[in-house]
Amino acid sequence: MDALVTYFGAIVFYTLAALAVAGAAGVIGYRNPVHAAMSLLMTFLAVAGLFVLLHAELIAAVQILVYAGGVMVLFLFVIMLVNVRTLPTEEKYVRRLLPVAVVISVVLAALVLVGVWAAFRAPAGPVAALVSVEGQAMGNTEAVGWSLYRDYLLPFEVVSVVLLVAMIGAIVMGRKEKEGRT
Amino acid sequence: MITTTHYLVLSLILFGLGVTGVVVRRNFITVLMSIELILNAANLNFIAFSRHLGDLSGQVFAVFIITIAAAEAAIGLGIIIALVRLKQTVQLDQVNVMQG
Repeated sequence: MDALVTYFGAIVFYTLAALAVAGAAGVIGYRNPVHAAMSLLMTFLAVAGLFVLLHAELIAAVQILVYAGGVMVLFLFVIMLVNVRTLPTEEKYVRRLLPVAVVISVVLAALVLVGVWAAFRAPAGPVAALVSVEGQAMGNTEAVGWSLYRDYLLPFEVVSVVLLVAMIGAIVMGRKEKEGRT
Repeated sequence: MITTTHYLVLSLILFGLGVTGVVVRRNFITVLMSIELILNAANLNFIAFSRHLGDLSGQVFAVFIITIAAAEAAIGLGIIIALVRLKQTVQLDQVNVMQG
């Protein structure tokens, strides 16, 4: 029974991982931006499933609400507003840049790997810490909420200012220019 | 048995695909989507380490990253709207003139 549970987890992980990678490949492969956006949506949902596997249920819900619900609608809105079909199309990729892209991504991935490796040697901690507050068992949402509002209150407030700035910036840039100005 | 390493490798693959998309594609909208992929890979790393170390800070920072990603998408798409209004294109290699 225990082996079955482990096996099940592996099947779910590999399925979701394959979906995520296929979606990511679709984002850079599809010519039509709407297809690329749908592909990206698949990646978002698969990654949300992986978050559930990692005992981060709150983040999985936020991922679906914010990414699949908010960011994706924003992307589709802009694609429709811009009406990509009427714009002159270019070639799909810049082919001569492909080797450069591979080199850059491998080098950056190697740099990330170095950083990750340094952190990875720390000993593994208990899962229980993710669902408890001061030793008391609670839900993941409550635990993250406690950590967010007790230990990370200042970054939380700063991030809200960032959101405000982004909102004002988006409004200013999306607004029609007045007559007489370039 | 699925270990943290599996998640880290998956995160690296997503990150590499995202960077490749940013460099190779010329469509501004697709480039923004590739940046979202990179941020998602970072999130996966945070959550995997949060699980590995039994520390909630990773999940808190994942919330911050999601917020930043939403702000970035809003700003980027605002730029696209302004760009289309000004030059009638979303192809990045046609945007080579600075206009004051």
